[in-house]
Amino acid sequence: MKKQISDLLKIIGIFLFGKFKKFTMRFKKSKTMKDIMLVYYSEAKSARLTRKKVAWITSGGPVEPLIAMDVIPVYPENHGAMIGASKMGTGLCETAENMGYSSDLCSYARADIACATVNGGPIGGLPKPDMLVCCNNICGTVLKWYEVQARYFNVPLFVLDTPFCHTGYSEETARYVRSQINEYISFIERACGRKFDYERVKKVGHLSLQGQQLWQKVLDTAAHKPAPLSAFDAFYHLALIVTLRGTPEVIDYYTALVAKMKDRIARGISAVPNEKYRLLWDNLPIWHRTRWLYDKFASHDACLVADTYTSAWCGTMKYIDENNFIDSMAEAYTRIYLNIGVDEMAKMVIAMIDKYDVDGFVLHSNRSCKPYSFGQMDIQRIVEKERGIPCLMIEADMVDERTFSESQISTRIDAFMEIIKERKKHSSSISMAKE
Amino acid sequence: MEKFTEFKNIVTDPYTYCRKYKEETGNKIVGFTCSYTPEEIIYAAGALPFRLFGTDEGIHRADMHLQSYCCSLVRGILEEGLSGRLDFINGVVFPHTCDSIQRLSDIWRLNVTPKFHIDLVLPVKLNTTSARQYLIDVMEKFKKDLESALGVKITDAALSDAIKLYNQIRKLMMKLYTLRAQKPETLKGRDLHSIIKAAMIMDRQLLLKTLSDIVEQTQKAPASKMKPETKKLLLTGGICSHPDIYDIIENAGGVVVWDDLCTGSRYFEGILDEKAPPLEAIAQRYLDRDICPAKHAGLTDRGESLVQMVRQHQADGVVFMLLKFCDPHAFDYPYIKEMLERENIPCMLLDMEEQLPAGGQLQTRFETFIQIL
Ligand code: SF4
Ligand code: SF4
Ligand code: SF4
Repeated sequence: MKKQISDLLKIIGIFLFGKFKKFTMRFKKSKTMKDIMLVYYSEAKSARLTRKKVAWITSGGPVEPLIAMDVIPVYPENHGAMIGASKMGTGLCETAENMGYSSDLCSYARADIACATVNGGPIGGLPKPDMLVCCNNICGTVLKWYEVQARYFNVPLFVLDTPFCHTGYSEETARYVRSQINEYISFIERACGRKFDYERVKKVGHLSLQGQQLWQKVLDTAAHKPAPLSAFDAFYHLALIVTLRGTPEVIDYYTALVAKMKDRIARGISAVPNEKYRLLWDNLPIWHRTRWLYDKFASHDACLVADTYTSAWCGTMKYIDENNFIDSMAEAYTRIYLNIGVDEMAKMVIAMIDKYDVDGFVLHSNRSCKPYSFGQMDIQRIVEKERGIPCLMIEADMVDERTFSESQISTRIDAFMEIIKERKKHSSSISMAKE
Repeated sequence: MEKFTEFKNIVTDPYTYCRKYKEETGNKIVGFTCSYTPEEIIYAAGALPFRLFGTDEGIHRADMHLQSYCCSLVRGILEEGLSGRLDFINGVVFPHTCDSIQRLSDIWRLNVTPKFHIDLVLPVKLNTTSARQYLIDVMEKFKKDLESALGVKITDAALSDAIKLYNQIRKLMMKLYTLRAQKPETLKGRDLHSIIKAAMIMDRQLLLKTLSDIVEQTQKAPASKMKPETKKLLLTGGICSHPDIYDIIENAGGVVVWDDLCTGSRYFEGILDEKAPPLEAIAQRYLDRDICPAKHAGLTDRGESLVQMVRQHQADGVVFMLLKFCDPHAFDYPYIKEMLERENIPCMLLDMEEQLPAGGQLQTRFETFIQIL
């Protein structure tokens, strides 16, 4: 009883704090990421009070139908990133290992599974889910992870099964995913106890697409030389397109961000003070070392101007039909970056190399993420063959710090940058000779 | 029994067997990677379905494509593909299961000498109506793909024949497994292991014949009473490529009475409906069979069916054989273990690196486990 009262008081506290934040934010000219996320998490954590439902959903999952039904989506992967960035990952991973989960499993999953039982991490755990929505378009890990959580919280789980597209999108896949969208809608109707709002989902779909377009615009600004934003900035600003896709907040925030980047370009401000070398990043960020890596590359006047990871949230816009969101989302969600063959991924990498005009390619071989990392060695070879730029592969883990060997990686980055510098010197002397 | 020698030879040197088979019959050979392969369709196309087991020796080519944190099964299969030793196969089929196999297919397609390459993108869910329909669609597509790859027509009659043949094989396997539990002295774990492996390689008509002989002989053999102190174990995991494990368990005072392995009961489990439309019957087997942990059919079904399996075969304990870096199995281990513990079924975990731990050490571990049973 006492515990229940103190829990309730805590939730009321969180709720009031969120309201207060939201209120004060109105007077600010531009909302900061921190403010928006604070309000978002306090609304999610006080959902019991406002009688809203909470759904845990995978980062690449179809969130629009949930938003259209006023369900608050919560993203364990975003939570995993926060855990990693606040360097709390190792401890939580160890807890999971003591529960019997192998240390070779994805560290987002390990950290989250552990966190649910101890309410640890930077925000004291996620709000309890009323339902789980798992879309396997990113990996098979999320399926197993959500099964674990569905058993733990004893709540219904919906699996949106998006067959892998090795060489294309087949008719039978289209039919299968489309019929699951209907099943998904019935699932939400059951969980919410009311009819699905088809009108509202159109609006949400519209906002979602608009948000993705704006996010692409944000990333596009890095094509400018020098780049006004780096991949490390993108890792930070990404949180909104992941967690609030389909809401107006995203539109406001990214509109302001695009303006800010344009302003930086106009004023000649760059992400790395003295940008001489431009690099492309592959795979998830190493959340516990983003600052370190930024500094490390910046010390060589190198800027990671783009990455394959953050662009995944706006990579399938071409499949979305604005006037028919529900039907077209099946294809858009199935053909995302991680759900396609290695050769198609390599093509997209090469397109980015050209678009952002980079001098080198850094691949994070991420022990946690097998679908993202296996095939990387082939992508590296394809890039070397097609574009002839130097590539560097570093092995790490996005959350678990134990596998990170700072001195070794530091030395390898130094050596890699030397090659890039040599090449650039060489190529600029050639072009000068031509002139 | 000398019949076992035949199986053993095939398993020890499958490539020589296949080359000879090809020469003698002129038939084509189709490689496959996982027990979700509808072998019946391959057989009906007049080709020999051949399971790729990979190697764990002398790996260096695969290391150019796969990082250190990939399971040895995938690495070993890729090594064989890259080495050129599989030049006798006419093509491969990759059923979609785990993330690692998924990328293996891509890497294979891009690097192994072009022969036909079919991705069988199965549903991950196996418990809904739309997934069932999709699975049937995928089987139809596979049939068409195979027809054009092999330049043949797969008739319904051929499919029916294949289904009948596989049903017979599976029934015999099941019988053999049951006999093994009754007569562990006559039918050693190691022998059964070679039979199962050979069953995924050799001419299936010949297999059928040899199996019937063995079943008959084993049935005739005098009942070898199990020593009362012998403990009955059940193995669970993905695929086991370590025949030594059976000897070690037997020397430690145990006997394997059943398993839940893809190189075991999962391979022959499930009889097809011979009256249903063939492709539907094939799809139905995958929907009914115990699932691989890379698939989804519910939240606790694997645990429940394992408990039931233990009860049915009156096993005293369960051995988890987990391959290092195998995500799907590693995710299921904690809950299944907990479920077994709740039912008072003791279990032990055998973490398998590429190589098993040294024999003596392993035997001691089994002895300790068997003592507590
Ligand atoms: S990091 Fe990779 S394995 Fe882990 S949840 Fe994300 S996509 Fe899946
Ligand atoms: S464990 Fe799963 S993926 Fe592996 S062989 Fe068995 S069915 Fe296939
Ligand atoms: S299911 Fe496990 S053992 Fe089988 S290929 Fe996948 S990771 Fe390897």
